[in-house]
Amino acid sequence: MGTRRDFLRGVLAGGAAATAGVVSAPTFARETRSRPPEALGLLYDSTLCVGCKACVAACKMANNNPAEFSTVDHLWDTPLDTSGYTFNIIKMYRNGTMDAKDQEVNGFAFMKTSCMHCADPSCVSACPVSAMTKDPETGVVGYNPDKCIGCRYCVAACPFGIPKYQYDSPTGRIGKCELCRHRHKDGHYSACAEVCPTGATLFGKTSVLLAEAKRRLAMKPGEMNRFPRGHLRHAQEKALQGKPDGKGVMMRAGWRDEPDQSYETRAGTYLPHVYGEKEYGGTQVLKLSGVNFEKLGMPNLGPDAAAAMSETIQHNLYGNLIMPFAVLGAMTWVARRNVKPEDESSGQGGKDRGQ
Amino acid sequence: MANNHYAAPAPVGGGLVNIVTLSCGVLIALMAAILMVRFLFGLGAVTALNDGYPWGIWIAVDVVIGSAFACGGFSVAMLVYIFNKGEYHPLVRPALLASLFGYTLAGAGVMFDLGRWWNVWNMFWPWSINPNSVMFEVAVCITLYIVVMWIEFSPVVFEKLGKDDARRKVSKLMFFIIALGTVLPMMHQSSLGTLLVVLGGQVHPLWQTPALPLLYLLSAIFMGYAVVLFESCLTSTAYRRKLETHMLTPMAKIMLGVLAVFIVVRLGDVLMRGTLGRAVEPSVQALMFWLEMACFIAPLILIGAESNRRNPARLFLAGVLLMLGGSLMRLSGFLIGYETGGDFSYFPTLAEVLVTAGMFAVEVLGYIIITRRFPVLPREELQAVK
Repeated sequence: MGTRRDFLRGVLAGGAAATAGVVSAPTFARETRSRPPEALGLLYDSTLCVGCKACVAACKMANNNPAEFSTVDHLWDTPLDTSGYTFNIIKMYRNGTMDAKDQEVNGFAFMKTSCMHCADPSCVSACPVSAMTKDPETGVVGYNPDKCIGCRYCVAACPFGIPKYQYDSPTGRIGKCELCRHRHKDGHYSACAEVCPTGATLFGKTSVLLAEAKRRLAMKPGEMNRFPRGHLRHAQEKALQGKPDGKGVMMRAGWRDEPDQSYETRAGTYLPHVYGEKEYGGTQVLKLSGVNFEKLGMPNLGPDAAAAMSETIQHNLYGNLIMPFAVLGAMTWVARRNVKPEDESSGQGGKDRGQ
Repeated sequence: MANNHYAAPAPVGGGLVNIVTLSCGVLIALMAAILMVRFLFGLGAVTALNDGYPWGIWIAVDVVIGSAFACGGFSVAMLVYIFNKGEYHPLVRPALLASLFGYTLAGAGVMFDLGRWWNVWNMFWPWSINPNSVMFEVAVCITLYIVVMWIEFSPVVFEKLGKDDARRKVSKLMFFIIALGTVLPMMHQSSLGTLLVVLGGQVHPLWQTPALPLLYLLSAIFMGYAVVLFESCLTSTAYRRKLETHMLTPMAKIMLGVLAVFIVVRLGDVLMRGTLGRAVEPSVQALMFWLEMACFIAPLILIGAESNRRNPARLFLAGVLLMLGGSLMRLSGFLIGYETGGDFSYFPTLAEVLVTAGMFAVEVLGYIIITRRFPVLPREELQAVK
């Protein structure tokens, strides 16, 4: 049975070579992209959040979304999760007797759920029609319903479960936070940060927000400290004089001027971890918390974005269509020899091979 | 010379109204009614889809599995025209017909599932396309392949209509069309696997690997042969024709060769990535993995020996098992092994199942009508007709 053994050997060798080739691909994967230098984002500090949900209401208004009800009386907007009509929500972690805030056992804590605006977003990589795009300057991940085909690949791809689809509509759209980019031209920033009474949600450049997050991690728990609210500007911008925009509104560095809203309060007990600094190659929305992030619904993600691997495979196989054309060329050459025009042979029909 | 001395294809003839075609008609009518509701009131009105499971059986079964079932045409064409095995030529047309239906319907099935289908032209609009997107690649290749297959099949139509001139013109270019018809399915069948890569850790490690394109391509090829086994045995029985064992037996050997390579890659990948542990833990996913493996390994035992490969019942069963194994791998990757976290769950509604059944009914009905009226199946020798 030499032939069978040869066959088996061939199968094993071929299969092993193929496996080795493909499985070692990670080493060739392109680098996960990092945030653009001027990236905009949010800093959410769970220890400052009081769960008032002003941000949820402001988000609804800013994005013109309808109320969603989860109670019988249908009186208040009470969404239980983000959806095609709810782009931002505050969720609550509860454990045991719920004695103290930001305490994992017998405690409770809040968490904001909205788009993280990844440095290397899976939804943008997945979208076949460029309806989901990442702004090269601000890094905001935006959605264009006029291109969207409703395939929901972005919904499937996002590791944070953020893009959501409107299944109840024959013309359903994808709904997700776009950092209120439609308000930016008027100098307004994200509505959630604008209304947050405690500064738990701050808007600003991610680089500035990251520095603020690190400042907080260095604080002694319980010590009095100053905390900003609203729009966190970097030092140079703070030093600028506001200018009227001609319509009676004071502007500073392209954004509406607002008085300093910072206040003094005690620093929380933080976990030494800025969520979003490294996760998935970094996100533009950063989070601080006193309770384990996974317990608050934030997935435990490595430093590489799935898009890096996916796009590497895609471009290794199809980059500039080199491989497809090479294979097509070979196939055409072989087929040219083997395929005879039909009329030369069809006349001989009716004769079987005699098997 | 690939196509000398084979039985010329001829219409099977006979009536079109029988219990099978009528049942197909009923299923198709039900599907049409459900789709009307879907297009008027949205996907949520008829499906169990949700944001944790944005893709249901219309994608996992109708498109991903359906198009793999439709790989018979590609697998056989490769055998006949690329590896120059002319003796399999009579299998080409029926396999191509099944593929044509499978793919055309997979394409249509995508349209049912698209939430904003009127924007679908963006998929081909140079200012909208996203070459980073695996789905873009899949969509373009499948669309092109459907066109290519209709051209491949056009001589059958021209023959029936007596348009010899057109037939001759097409056949002059056929070598290129056939070459395209092998490259395009290689591209998109592998990419159907790559589709899962960007889903990252949400797909269970037993089905999430950089080897996905290779696994999906190899399995599509042997599933193609398996479908031909299945379809040939079924057609022969249903039309009371001679079984085509003389072609199926050697073809099954080739199928087993591809299968063997696949199994080595599948197991080698699981071992090399160190995920075997996930296959021996008590979970639905681990069970699905072994169920899938059983479907892949059983045919090796069932028809591994030459003498067993001459047994039509064993061939048929092996074909069915491989179709099942390939389907399970796809179903597990896209649904059973897909976990988004949160409290989401998905089980298809009756309406979703009926649409999927309706799609398969269109395939069966179309296959019956065309083989009875168009020259697809090889003409039966007189002594073979009972």
